[in-house]
Amino acid sequence: MSGEREVTEEGEAVVAAVAAVAERIEAEREHLTDLDSAIGDADHGGNMARGWAKAADAASDLEDPDPETVAKTVGKTLMSEVGGASGPLFGGSLVFAAAELDGGITAETAVAFAETYLEKVQDRGDARIGDATMVDALTPAVHTFKKSIEVDDLPPLEALAKAVDAAGRGVAFTVPVRARKGRASYLGWRSVGHQDPGATSTLFILEEVLAVSADRLDREVPDADATSPTIPDDAEAEEGR
Amino acid sequence: MKKLINDPDDVVDEMLDGMTAAHPDRLRRLPDTQVLVREDAPVDGKVAIVTGGGSGHEPTHAGYIGDGMLDGAAAGGVFSSPTADEFEELIAACDGDAGVLCVIKNYEGDVMNFETAIELAEMEGATVDSVVVDDDVAVEDSLYTSGRRGVCGTILVHKAAGAKAAAGADLSEVSRVAEKVVDNVATMGMALTSCVTPEKGEPTFDLGDDEIELGIGIHGEPGTERTDAMPADEVTEALTESVLSDLDLDAGEEVVTIVNGMGGTPEMELFVVNRRLQELLGERDLSVHDAWVGDYMTSLDMAGVSITVCAVDDELKELFDAAADTPALTVR
Repeated sequence: MSGEREVTEEGEAVVAAVAAVAERIEAEREHLTDLDSAIGDADHGGNMARGWAKAADAASDLEDPDPETVAKTVGKTLMSEVGGASGPLFGGSLVFAAAELDGGITAETAVAFAETYLEKVQDRGDARIGDATMVDALTPAVHTFKKSIEVDDLPPLEALAKAVDAAGRGVAFTVPVRARKGRASYLGWRSVGHQDPGATSTLFILEEVLAVSADRLDREVPDADATSPTIPDDAEAEEGR
Repeated sequence: MKKLINDPDDVVDEMLDGMTAAHPDRLRRLPDTQVLVREDAPVDGKVAIVTGGGSGHEPTHAGYIGDGMLDGAAAGGVFSSPTADEFEELIAACDGDAGVLCVIKNYEGDVMNFETAIELAEMEGATVDSVVVDDDVAVEDSLYTSGRRGVCGTILVHKAAGAKAAAGADLSEVSRVAEKVVDNVATMGMALTSCVTPEKGEPTFDLGDDEIELGIGIHGEPGTERTDAMPADEVTEALTESVLSDLDLDAGEEVVTIVNGMGGTPEMELFVVNRRLQELLGERDLSVHDAWVGDYMTSLDMAGVSITVCAVDDELKELFDAAADTPALTVR
């Protein structure tokens, strides 16, 4: 059954992505802790590193993994190991989004997965864009991904590259604004000037998913350059008439 | 500072084993979790009342497991929320097919982990409702919350909801009385000394020998005012004033009160506070249906007190008076 084989290959790609994320988060552990100690309780790096390491172990233990099962296993592991608010946000949201990968990974299911993940994070954290949280990295990433696939008809890898680029801008955006949700919000205006650790780790996760996706497709990571407008500017729109 | 512990990492685990060893006929620990449930859970056909939160507030939470109160409780690390998967196991273990009510104290971690667990339980087909308790009138937003904190008034939510469930009411009725308590209860606390967590081993905050903190939270979070130490009567007046101005009661209304010790307060001092509290209520022509005094929701070894006042009608009086049989609270 070639279908099953394909699903297992996709599952193995997800397992590889999770391992890459775990490695990256471990490498950035101190960086994340430093960001968190400026505005929170300095536990984001340690908690995430521990959680992703356990998640990578749990994912690699799966036999004949399919993408949904891997995502669900990782989500459950993060939920139980990361704790605090990050457990439900990073892990819980993944458990719910995993169901969208029921039919394997296609451009369509990937968009549905991303949208559900974003929706769960927003609902659980009650945060909107501009609150200086992980939502600021996630929202532009998900919207860019969806638009690149559905409107611009880009191949998924290019769409993912654009999404990662957008997430990076979102992370930069958390620096100058005042935090309105999460631990940093208790600092009020003193949170201005600090980069949000949750948005930062979200970016790291997306970067690794992109790198592994490119690797699996035997491609270079595409040059995203999301500054090149995918929406036609006024002049082009005029010409098009 | 000296602590009667072995390893800080083992404190919660060892405490839970000690609790079940003290009450083997009442409490059961779910394997590989920090969840305690009634020995006979799930109780078939009864709405289950479950709760949980950080440890260090004993006898909250597991001390109230038993007939007429809780069906189970998840224990997190000291002052940190249980994880969503532990709440999920708690809900599943207590679900007697009549619905589950989750009583959540308003702290960010507790709320997010409990909500995630509820959504997962609902996906598995469970019927779950929740009530968020935010009775602390001291601060609007705090170190761990948006909105008011949930503190000692939660015990009255456990009591009313537990009694209603024991009487055979359905989930919507049980939720309704829980919300009724939340709407009518207010609490404010103060500290004479800081708590000392097992992990840190030293005071969480500095408080001078001649200072007290009004509006303290149950994790040692800052309150509203740091002031010179005052006699018990003045402290009682300050706390009572804040609580009553929040509730805005009319003369002649009936109330239930709790004078709650924070863990390191002699009972003698709690009664001294209660004496003045009852005088103040009498002066305002409020009639006291019941006055509870003791350690109900503590903050490790903190010396201090909180005062809770709950306005009651006939329904709540009946529920508070109903029988309860738990390790920490017995009503006959």
